[in-house]
Amino acid sequence: MENLLLTIVLAPLAGSVVAGLFGKRIGRTASHWVTILGVAVSCVLSLYVMKMFLLDGMQTYNESVYTWLVSDGIRFEIGFLVDKLTAIMLVVVTFVSLMVHIYTIGYMHDDPGYQRFFSYIALFTFSMLMLVMANNFLQLFFGWEAVGLVSYLLIGFWYTRDTAIFANMKAFLVNRVGDFGFLLGIAAVLMYTGSLDYATVFEKAPELVGKTMEIFPGVEWSVLTVTCILLFIGAMGKSAQVPLHVWLPDSMEGPTPISALIHAATMVTAGIFMVSRMSPLYELSTTALSVVIVIGAITALFMGFLGLIQHDIKRVVAYSTLSQLGYMTVALGASAYSAAIFHLMTHAFFKALLFLAAGAVIIAMHHEQDMRKMGGLKKYMPITYWTSLIGSLALIGFPGFAGFFSKDTIIEAVHLSNIPGSDFAYIAVLAGVFITALYSFRMFFLVFHGKERMDEHTREHLHECSSVVTVPLILLAIPSVLAGYVLGDVVFGDYFGNSIVVAAEHDVIGKLGADYHGIAGFFQHAAAGPALYLALLGLVTAWFIYMKRPDIADWFQDRFGFLHKLFDNKYYMDDLYIKVFAAGGRLLGNGLWKKGDVMIIDGLIINGSAAVINWFAGVARVVQTGHLYHYAFAMILGLLGLLSWFLLGA
Amino acid sequence: MIPLSHYLIVGAILFCLSVAGIFINRKNLIVLLMSIELMLLAVNMNFVAFSHYLGDISGQVFVFFILTVAAAEAAIGLAILIVLFRKRRSINVDDVAEMKG
Repeated sequence: MENLLLTIVLAPLAGSVVAGLFGKRIGRTASHWVTILGVAVSCVLSLYVMKMFLLDGMQTYNESVYTWLVSDGIRFEIGFLVDKLTAIMLVVVTFVSLMVHIYTIGYMHDDPGYQRFFSYIALFTFSMLMLVMANNFLQLFFGWEAVGLVSYLLIGFWYTRDTAIFANMKAFLVNRVGDFGFLLGIAAVLMYTGSLDYATVFEKAPELVGKTMEIFPGVEWSVLTVTCILLFIGAMGKSAQVPLHVWLPDSMEGPTPISALIHAATMVTAGIFMVSRMSPLYELSTTALSVVIVIGAITALFMGFLGLIQHDIKRVVAYSTLSQLGYMTVALGASAYSAAIFHLMTHAFFKALLFLAAGAVIIAMHHEQDMRKMGGLKKYMPITYWTSLIGSLALIGFPGFAGFFSKDTIIEAVHLSNIPGSDFAYIAVLAGVFITALYSFRMFFLVFHGKERMDEHTREHLHECSSVVTVPLILLAIPSVLAGYVLGDVVFGDYFGNSIVVAAEHDVIGKLGADYHGIAGFFQHAAAGPALYLALLGLVTAWFIYMKRPDIADWFQDRFGFLHKLFDNKYYMDDLYIKVFAAGGRLLGNGLWKKGDVMIIDGLIINGSAAVINWFAGVARVVQTGHLYHYAFAMILGLLGLLSWFLLGA
Repeated sequence: MIPLSHYLIVGAILFCLSVAGIFINRKNLIVLLMSIELMLLAVNMNFVAFSHYLGDISGQVFVFFILTVAAAEAAIGLAILIVLFRKRRSINVDDVAEMKG
């Protein structure tokens, strides 16, 4: 078992190393073969692990593989915790990653950095697998930072573009803010439980209930709440929750395959996975859950609005990712962890599909991303059209598609939740459904229907992409439809078993499950709720505004200019960060540099001491006349002085 | 019997003469060497006087050491002087000021 798990993790790493270090020597084709092979091995073995859990009744595997060091009784280890939660993540990560690898052959075909790109995405797969398979906080943190690093490398993949460099720096810095909180959270865990091992920590967690810590003198805070919120700050950075979401839209500067892999399907879900994994901790702090649900609700609704006015096809998908991550976070806050993971899974499939489809459109349009210059692509790119339609329907939660099951479960779970903030979250996620449908189909209609707005040259060259691009689209479209039908088993059944812990008073999924009577019953139940109609309303509104009466959009823009301006500037949050934090940081840095470093350290201490010595030497050299009798005279004087001191003084 | 103080006065006079020789002499390095010899002799005079006065023979032993060292020093000094003269064609004290800072 240990060898099997090690192979899952190390196969992509081996591919990455070979493609990265020897890519130039072995050539382009060999590079993509070796990385695809590595990821394919992982994917097959992940499916095998899944099969062992489902059919062979395998028990949770929790073993240390290697002890890195032991310091004062604290063990730093590499180990694997593989339970059903891990298994589902393994399958999602490796499957989406494999699809993206194959797709990349087509997308990056003419790029000079071909081998480097394959090396990076395989390295990313390795990092993400380390993250999800960790059985301790140290390894979790390793994977956490490693995916951040690869994300940085990939956003800035086209490193000669200024915007890409700006975006990857931004992503790195914003993630650093989150990681700071995350690291503090891990430190708190270590401090109060004395261990980094998940099992030990979760065992000791109930003892911490009611324990308080005093960070500022006189203010007592619950240890668990502080720890959970600190860990969640890490999740906010990685999973792009308000207010640390700003890096994700900018990360679209990277090549489209990584937008699909990292910024939609896998890395950004690390935060969601982490909170689910930490459910034994979060369940003990209602305050932390409230924070989670409110942050998630704000993200789900307000990031959706921004998707409405974007013209860049990838940015629309990026904002929908933000909004969907908000949904997952809301589910976490409502203690519906299994629903969050379920949505994570379905979202990974249909969002990867949407991104890859957007990428296909971008290739066909010769790297034009502005939707105002597209339109009517349906007849040129039928496969992309139909798969995008499936992806969009899944995204808005159209009945029968994957997103319908996962999103509806979340909405119902939030409805039942009685955590403070859940009422607000319920309104936010309901409104979010309408918004999601509106911007998704705005994009869909603008790209595939309506007038052909591209120039003559582009139109002549429009054609469907090669099979390495379309096959992953089709393969991703299948789970985008079918993944929802395992709802009953995954969410309401005891699929997750003891890998997710829910306190009895928070158990909304249990309550929902009691009313759950198969898929048909779920359809009926959904037909009675508002979410389904809001989604359909959004779809119809998008059709009406962007197909029938485009003047409505212009009228709205004129009439509510201030709103458009607010959205266009992303609620001025970028400006806030750039003008206040970044500029403030630079001002402080400049001040310390000019005043502290140049003036005090360089000027006063270093150059100052040299100047004093120089001055003293200037004085002292006057004494050195070079004449013997002057030296002799000095000797006599010195002798006299010493003698008189010796005789008279002492 | 000549008292101790007379010997000491002679020693002091010799010492002062030699110091004056070092300071006043600006022309000749040989005079400088001679002054140094004289200074050592002044010290020797004191050693011998005290040795006799205190009845301690070690003072006189010391004088032999000093005389030996002075002879060696004079030999080295004169050798340096000759080399210097060959190089500079001058034994003027004022000309030797290489160590000026």
